[in-house]
Amino acid sequence: MPPLTSPHTPPILAAETRHAVSIVLNGKPRSGHAHPRLLLSDFLRHELGAHGTRVGCEHGVCGACTVRIDGVAARACLTLAVQADGRRIDTVEGLAEANEGRMTALQEAFRRHHALQCGFCTAGILMSLTDYLSRNPKPTEEELRDMLSGHLCRCTGYAGIVRAVMEVTGQTVKEVAHV
Amino acid sequence: MTATQTVEIKGSPAVAAPFVGRSMPRVEDAALLTGVARYADDLPVKPGTLHAAILRSPHAHAELLGIDTAAALAVPGVAAVVTGADAKRYASAFLVGIRAPMEHWCLAIDRVRHVGEPVAVVLADSRYLAEDALDRIEVRYRPLPPVTSIAQALEEGSEPLHPAVGSNLVNSRSFHYGDPEAAFAGAARSVSVEVEYPRNSCTPMECFVVLADYDAAEDAYEVLSNFSGPFAVHPVMARALNVPGSRLRLKTPPHSGGSFGNKQAVFPYVVLMGLCARVAGRPVKWVEDRLEHLMAATSATARRMRIDAAVEPDGRVLALRMEQTEDCGAYLRAPEPASLYRNHGNLTGAYDIPNLAVTNRIVVTNKTPTGLNRGFGGGQLYYGLERLMNRVAAELGLDPLDVIRRNLVAADAMPYRTASGGTLDSGDYRATLEQAVREGALDALKARRNALRAEGRLYGIGYAAVVEPSISNMGYITTVLTAEDRRKAGPKNGAQATASVAVDPTGGVSVTVASAPQGQGHRTVLAQVVADVFGLRFEDIRVNTDLDTGKDAWSIASGNYSSRFAGAVAGAAQVAATRLRGRMAALVAGQLNCRADDVRFAGGRVFSDANPDNSLSFPRVAAAGHWSPGTLPDGQEAALRETAFWTPEPLKAPTDADHINSSACYGFIFDFCGVEIDRTTGALRIDRYVTMHDAGRLLNPLLVEGQILGGFAHAVGTALYEEYAYGDDGRFLSGTFADYLVPTACEVPVPVILHRESPSPVTPLGAKGVGEGNCMSTPVCLANAVADALSGLSVAGVSVDGPPSLPITPAKLAALIHPPEPPRPASAAGTGEIARETPPPAATKGGRGLTGEGSREVPATPEQVWAILLDPKELAALLPGCEALDLVGPNAYRAEVVVGIGPVRGRYTAEVALSDLDPPKALTLTGSGTSALGSGSGTGHVTLERTAEGTRVTYRYSASVGGKVAAVGGRMLDSASRLLIGQFFEKLVARAGGPTASDARPAPPLSLLARLLRLLGLNR
Repeated sequence: MPPLTSPHTPPILAAETRHAVSIVLNGKPRSGHAHPRLLLSDFLRHELGAHGTRVGCEHGVCGACTVRIDGVAARACLTLAVQADGRRIDTVEGLAEANEGRMTALQEAFRRHHALQCGFCTAGILMSLTDYLSRNPKPTEEELRDMLSGHLCRCTGYAGIVRAVMEVTGQTVKEVAHV
Repeated sequence: MTATQTVEIKGSPAVAAPFVGRSMPRVEDAALLTGVARYADDLPVKPGTLHAAILRSPHAHAELLGIDTAAALAVPGVAAVVTGADAKRYASAFLVGIRAPMEHWCLAIDRVRHVGEPVAVVLADSRYLAEDALDRIEVRYRPLPPVTSIAQALEEGSEPLHPAVGSNLVNSRSFHYGDPEAAFAGAARSVSVEVEYPRNSCTPMECFVVLADYDAAEDAYEVLSNFSGPFAVHPVMARALNVPGSRLRLKTPPHSGGSFGNKQAVFPYVVLMGLCARVAGRPVKWVEDRLEHLMAATSATARRMRIDAAVEPDGRVLALRMEQTEDCGAYLRAPEPASLYRNHGNLTGAYDIPNLAVTNRIVVTNKTPTGLNRGFGGGQLYYGLERLMNRVAAELGLDPLDVIRRNLVAADAMPYRTASGGTLDSGDYRATLEQAVREGALDALKARRNALRAEGRLYGIGYAAVVEPSISNMGYITTVLTAEDRRKAGPKNGAQATASVAVDPTGGVSVTVASAPQGQGHRTVLAQVVADVFGLRFEDIRVNTDLDTGKDAWSIASGNYSSRFAGAVAGAAQVAATRLRGRMAALVAGQLNCRADDVRFAGGRVFSDANPDNSLSFPRVAAAGHWSPGTLPDGQEAALRETAFWTPEPLKAPTDADHINSSACYGFIFDFCGVEIDRTTGALRIDRYVTMHDAGRLLNPLLVEGQILGGFAHAVGTALYEEYAYGDDGRFLSGTFADYLVPTACEVPVPVILHRESPSPVTPLGAKGVGEGNCMSTPVCLANAVADALSGLSVAGVSVDGPPSLPITPAKLAALIHPPEPPRPASAAGTGEIARETPPPAATKGGRGLTGEGSREVPATPEQVWAILLDPKELAALLPGCEALDLVGPNAYRAEVVVGIGPVRGRYTAEVALSDLDPPKALTLTGSGTSALGSGSGTGHVTLERTAEGTRVTYRYSASVGGKVAAVGGRMLDSASRLLIGQFFEKLVARAGGPTASDARPAPPLSLLARLLRLLGLNR
C-alpha cells in the first residue's frame, strides 16, 4: 500500500494530543479527532460512527476490517487514523450508496448464493473484492481463492463466496469432482 | 434506501406451495451486506460508560500472593481497578456440575490455574487508557508445577489444581449396559484403538462483548452480551452475582458474529463486568480481543479414548468397552462436563451394538476451561469409534465399508433403542449409505485410487458413519451423577423451546423466539414457517430474535446450541402460530357460518372451506381482536398473541440404571473421501469429499447447505490445521491467527453434498439438526483416508500403523513417510572454528521450555573470566538488552532489561542472582523477570576449565517464557531465546579477550553465513 508514505517528512505528532483528522468517507467529507495511536478501525467505528467496518483480530490476518484507502484495499486495524488524514476512505456502507441506493451486483450475488451467514467477515471481503475485481475483472477460481485467502470466514466454507464472484464475473464454478 | 427494500421475494402466490422446504434467500442479508447491521460492539453506550481491560495470568499455575493496584489507579482516566477481593465481596463462585469442592470465580482469588485467567480489571475512560494501566499493576506470583496433559493429570503425584479436591482426576463413573463380559468371552477376537483428540475451537470472527450496568436502587443487573445460550447458564450467572434471576436482565444484540457454541463461554465475563459496574458505580463495556479469545475464551475438550471391540470374523461388533478421559481445563465450567455426556445415548453411533461398558473420567489441567464447540463431544467420540471400525476391517482383512454395512442399525428396528438408552428416531441407514455410494460415485473414486497408486502415489479412501444428535436433553448432564445424587437433586429432563406469535391491529404478524441466532438465518426460516400457517406472504411475517430475559418468554433450554433450532424452535413457532390461528378461526367461524375446523387461511384471506368466495381479509380478522373485544363470544379471549413452550416428548431423566436418551432426534451421516499425500513434503490434499445427510425434513435447503459447508470447513481445520498448542510448561503458543491456523479459501474444498429426508416423528416439522454433523464425521473420515493412504507403507522396516494424531500436519505425515534423519556430523562446519557447540538444542518437549548447552574456548585464565562474571558492571554489559543493574543483595541484582521477541518488545524487571559459587570453577546464574507481556525465567550453570590456550567455558541452561509474549511470538520464541543466550556467552568470550565467532571468519560471505546461521539458531 505505497500511497501511505508521504513524499515529505511527516510531522511529529504529540502522543498525548488528539489531532484533527479529515477524510472523505464514501464520498462525503467527515472529520474527527484522534490520538496518534488510534487505529483507523477504531476511528471509523467509534469516532465517526461508521460501524459497517468490523474488527476481527487487530493483527492483520483475518481481513474483516478491510477498507479502501484512496481506492486500495487495506487493513484498517493496521493503519493509524492520522495516516488516513486527507485521504479517501471507502467502506461497505458506501457500496450501495454509490449504486443509487441499491445493492451492487456483487452484494446481490452474495445474497443469492448464501455467501454469508453471520456476516462479520463480509464487509472486508466485499471491500477487497471491489478493489480486486476492478483490477482483475475475470479471475480464475484459483486466482480468486488465492485472493480470498487474505480473509477468514468461519461460517461459509467460502463456497458461496466463490460461487457469487464467479457468477457476477460471468463465469461458472467448476464442480469439485475429480472423478 | 432501507436495507430491507432490496429483499424482493418474487412469486409468493396467493395459494401456493408452502415456503417451508424452499431455498429462500435470507431476510438477514441486506443489513449484513450493506453494513447497517448492529452487532454488540456497534450498539450505543450510556454516557459515562467505562471501558474494561483485563489483566491475565502469564502463568499456567501459580499462587497469587498479592496485587498492587496503586500505580494503575494513578493513571489519568482510570476510574477503578477490580480484583478478586471485590469478587469475594460482591459475587460468589460459579456453580459446578459435579460434586467436588472446586471453586471458580470470575476473577482469580488466591491461585491462577491457566495462562490467561483473569486476575484484575482496569476500568478507564477508553480502552486504550485501560490497557495502558494494565502495565502498572504489580502482581506477585509463586509458580507451581503445571499439569499440561491428560497423562500427567492422571499421575498420582501431579500437583492438584484444586487442593480441596486432592486429585486432578475429579470425577469417574462406570456404566454397564447389556452383558459386555459375556460378549467379549464369546467373541472370535477383540480389536482395540487408543486415540487422543486435541484442543481446538471454532473461533467465531466476532469476539465476546459485554455491556453491563448495575442499578443500586433495585439491586439489579442489566447486561447486554452476545451470549448464545444455553440459558441454563442464566441461573449460574445470577447466583454468581448474588441476585435472583429476575434481577439479572440479560439481553442479546440483533446480530451476532458467529458462535458455533463458543459464545456460551462469555458468561463468566457477564458476571465479571456486572461486578465491575457495581464496583465502579458506572456502566462498563468490554470487548474481548483476539489474543484474549484464543488464549482464554474456551476450547473443545481434549479426550483420550481407548475402545475395545468384541468382534465376529465377519466384522460384526458384539460389544464395546470404552474408556474416555476428558480434559476440561482448569475449571469445570457450566455446562461441563457436558462435552463428555452429550453423546451418552448414542455412544454406539449408527451401529447395532447391544453390549457396552463405559468408564468416563474427567481431569483438570492448567489449560483454558472447555465449553460448547460445534460438534460438542461428537468429534471426540466418533474419532475413536470410527477409527475402531476401520481397525476392525484392517485386522480382519475386510473392506471397511462392509464392516460399516454389517453393523448399521436396520431400518425395521426404528425407533431403535441404543444400549445406553438413546432412541434413534428414524432413518434407513443402510439405504442411505447405498445411495451415497451410488450418487457419490464411490466406484469411480476407487478406480482413481488404484490408478494413482499404480503410479506410486500415496492415495487413500476413508469412510465414516455417524448419527448426529440434536436438541439436547437438559437432563443428560446429570448422568455424571450417581442415581442417588440425582434423586437428591430432583429430576432434570426435557428441552423446552419457546416462541411467541402475535398479530397487530393492521394484520402484521410478529414472531419472537428465544433462540439467540449467530448467523444461521433463524429469522428467515421462522418467517417461512409462520407464513405457511397463516397463508400469508413471506414478507408479512416480521421475526425478532433479540432476546431480553426481562420481557421475553424463555427457559433454561433456550439458546442456540445442540442443533436445536430446526427441530425445536421452528417447531415451537409452528405450534404457537397454529394455536393462534385456531383461536382466530374460532372467533371468525360464526361470521363465516362454519365450524372453526373448516376455517381456512390462504392468500391473505380467511374463509370457510365450503365457501371460499365469502372471505375476510386477514388484517380485518386480526384487527377485530384489538378493536372490538366487546363483541367476542362469551368466554373467549381475543386472539392477539400466543406463546408456546414445546418440549420433545421422548426426553426423560436418566433412569436408575443410567439409561439416557440424551437428544430428541438423531440424523444420520455417511461420508467418504479420497486424499492424496505428497510423498516428498507430506502435504495432504483432499481430492474428493462426499457427505450424505439425512437430517429429516429440510426447512430451507439453501441454509442447510450453508450449515453443512460451514461445518465441513470447521472439520477440515480440526483435522488438518488447528490446535491450541501449549508448551510443556503450560505456556500458550497459539495467540494469533498466524499461529492458530484457520483454513482459508485455498484449503477448503467444496464437498459433494447429498440428502435423504426421513422426517423425525419427534419434532413438529419433522426436521432434525444439521449444522454440527460434519464436525463429527469429517475429521475421522479424513484420518481413515490417511490410514488407507499410508497402509502398506513401511519406514525402516516398520509398517506405518494408522494416521498421526490430529491435526494431521505435513510435518507429522512427512515424519511417517521418511526415515529419521541421520545425526548431524560431529564437525560439519570444518576446521578453523574457535567455538564449538553441541547441535542447537530444540525446545525440549520433556523439560520446562528451552534447554541447551555449549562451550567456548577463551584466551583468558579462569580467574579472569571469574572476575568478569562477578563484576556487576561487567555483568550488566553481558546481559542482552540490560539498561540498568542494581545490587540488591550479595550476588543478587535487579536488572531492567528490554527484549524484543517477534512482534513484541517489552521491558522486563528481572531478578538476577549468582549462586553455587565455586571460584574460579563453577557458578549458577539464575534470572526471572516479569512484565505486562508475560514472564520469563532461566537458570544457567557455568563451569570454567583451565586449558592450554586459556579457559574452556561450558554452559548448560534451561529457560521458560510465558504470557502474551509466548502466545503471540511463539513461532520465534525458541530461536530468539537461543539467540539471546548465545549473545550473552559471545559477549563473555569477547570480553575475555577471545575473538567472536564472526571475527574468526573475516571473509564477508562467511560472516554473513554465520550471522544467518545464528539467526536460525544454528550458531556454530
